[in-house]
Amino acid sequence: MKLVSFHLMPYRPLDLAEAAKHRSPWVVLPNRLYDPVKGAEEYARHIDALVYAEELGFDAIGVNEHHQTAYGLMPAPNLIASALIPLTKRIKIAILGRALPLVNNPIYIAEEFAMLDNLSKGRIIAGFVRGIGSEYHSSGTNPYFSHERFHEAHDLIIRAWTEPGPFAFDGDHFSLHYVNLWPRPYQTPHPPVWIPSQGSSETVAWAVHPERRYPFLVTFSSADLVARYHNGYRDQARQYGYEAAADQLGWACPIYVAQTDERGREEAGRAVETLFNDFLRQSFEMLMPPGYTSIGSMKNFIRNRTALGGGRLTAQALIESGTALIGSPRTVLAGIERMRERTGFGILVALLQFGILSDELTRRNMDFFAAEVMPHLRD
Amino acid sequence: MPAQITELKVRDVAIKIHRAGSGPLVLFLHGAGGVPQWLPFFDLLAERYELLVPEHPGFGGSDDPPWIRSMPDLAMFYLDLLEEAELDGIHLIGNSLGGWLAAEILIRDRSRFRSLVQLAPAGIRAKGVPCGDNFIWGPEEAVRNLYHDQTFADRILALTPSEAQMDLMLKNRFTVAKLGWQPRWFNPDLEKWLHRIKLPALVVWGEDDKIMPPAYGALWRERLPDARLIMVEECGHLPHVERAPRVARHICDFLEAVVS
Repeated sequence: MKLVSFHLMPYRPLDLAEAAKHRSPWVVLPNRLYDPVKGAEEYARHIDALVYAEELGFDAIGVNEHHQTAYGLMPAPNLIASALIPLTKRIKIAILGRALPLVNNPIYIAEEFAMLDNLSKGRIIAGFVRGIGSEYHSSGTNPYFSHERFHEAHDLIIRAWTEPGPFAFDGDHFSLHYVNLWPRPYQTPHPPVWIPSQGSSETVAWAVHPERRYPFLVTFSSADLVARYHNGYRDQARQYGYEAAADQLGWACPIYVAQTDERGREEAGRAVETLFNDFLRQSFEMLMPPGYTSIGSMKNFIRNRTALGGGRLTAQALIESGTALIGSPRTVLAGIERMRERTGFGILVALLQFGILSDELTRRNMDFFAAEVMPHLRD
Repeated sequence: MPAQITELKVRDVAIKIHRAGSGPLVLFLHGAGGVPQWLPFFDLLAERYELLVPEHPGFGGSDDPPWIRSMPDLAMFYLDLLEEAELDGIHLIGNSLGGWLAAEILIRDRSRFRSLVQLAPAGIRAKGVPCGDNFIWGPEEAVRNLYHDQTFADRILALTPSEAQMDLMLKNRFTVAKLGWQPRWFNPDLEKWLHRIKLPALVVWGEDDKIMPPAYGALWRERLPDARLIMVEECGHLPHVERAPRVARHICDFLEAVVS
């Protein structure tokens, strides 16, 4: 199994009580609540944790892009990737991912990834996402054209990476006379492409297509939903006449390993609750702007969300639903193995720091995971 | 007075049209909410006029052609529709998104029209005066912010929409996002052409409009060549709903003067 140590870089010094007075920690949370002195320290410590993953033997470090939110301090994840390159030697760096529809010229994304791929001598994994609903509010991008822009930007980037330039690109959203990348990517034909998603059926159907076979990473869902999305991907693959490989299926999950289940809950319970209740708190209108998904997917989302329950989620509920794996090495390993039996997934994207989890506990969690869980996941 | 419902096919698009009354022709262009029901305001107009209320492509019972991608597309579609239906001498009324549409139509071709009534139209921007963000508002907030008089909101919020009604609301909302999300509620190329709307015009604005601020009313009066502005007290974004008798009276007086 491939193991990714993933990080969101939350702004932990956030005054949660003050933040709760606002509509959401996304889009509208007043940025006077960000203290640059504390923030700079957050960057330094989060980067330490990311770099430590190499020493522990992870296959990749994962970073991601979010805008105008205390949930994550990486509006430009490629800057973090760039900082990580000279601090690491062999580990892959997965940007999970860049939000393609939000930019007006996707060539800049192709260029940045190509630069990182050269700087790292081929250690880059390129994630492509659409950005979450809130980012259509914060960027002003029209969600109705989100899928169109994503597909077109993707086609442009792949062609820019693989076709001899200069050539012209004739899209509906992006129209360019000269596409001619300097530098070209280091890897041939290009960096691997992964697709993190909340499970939109349109995205799954697109990623699984035989021309692409992109690994699909399910983020932050109950175990049942993760299994459903993975097996949905597998079914689609069969409809295309092939069997999906293990390394086409990924699961992004908050994980905390401690000596016992009880200690796990004591140490990480509150932190995982802040992730889901405080940092992820967004209204339906923010998460699902009109056109971001089809009407059918939107109605499914409403049903699944209702099933997850209204109000604050407790650590207990998050553990019971398999949304977070928290407990003894045995408990955490059992959760991973159970999913492996259900779906045969082969990429574990472990979120080992989440919410307000401290540096000390993050470090302890990473050590425990590497010592007690990781050896059992090596095929 | 029940409206008749007819269907008109223009190119590949079937359009649902509500129709009532007789007299000079009045065409009402609805806003973002579509035409979920026949309004008392429509009855008041239908006493003296032949009133047509089409549901725009992408709304309610009308088709949703993928090639309509912008307000200018929608305006061009309406010019096709008017030609197809051979409608002339039209008094045009638009509310909100429908007011934006009215202006987009008229800057292109005003030859079939005699007058314009704008009820809190979208379409242009007063710099430094942001519109209300009704895409980020929750369902209750969005309804409450439509009205000054909260009893209107209370009545709507007391209803539980059926699955079919929910589907129509989602359909409308998707189309509204397609047409108006960015730039939000305006076309940067509209304002500079408003001088072409050389028709008698009446602009009506609720003093307590939380979506299109009243400052926009003054800008419309300034840009339209022959416009009068009426501010309606104790009224939100839907003057024809919230103050139906008063607004209908203003409109009928205005139309009388135009016709005579």
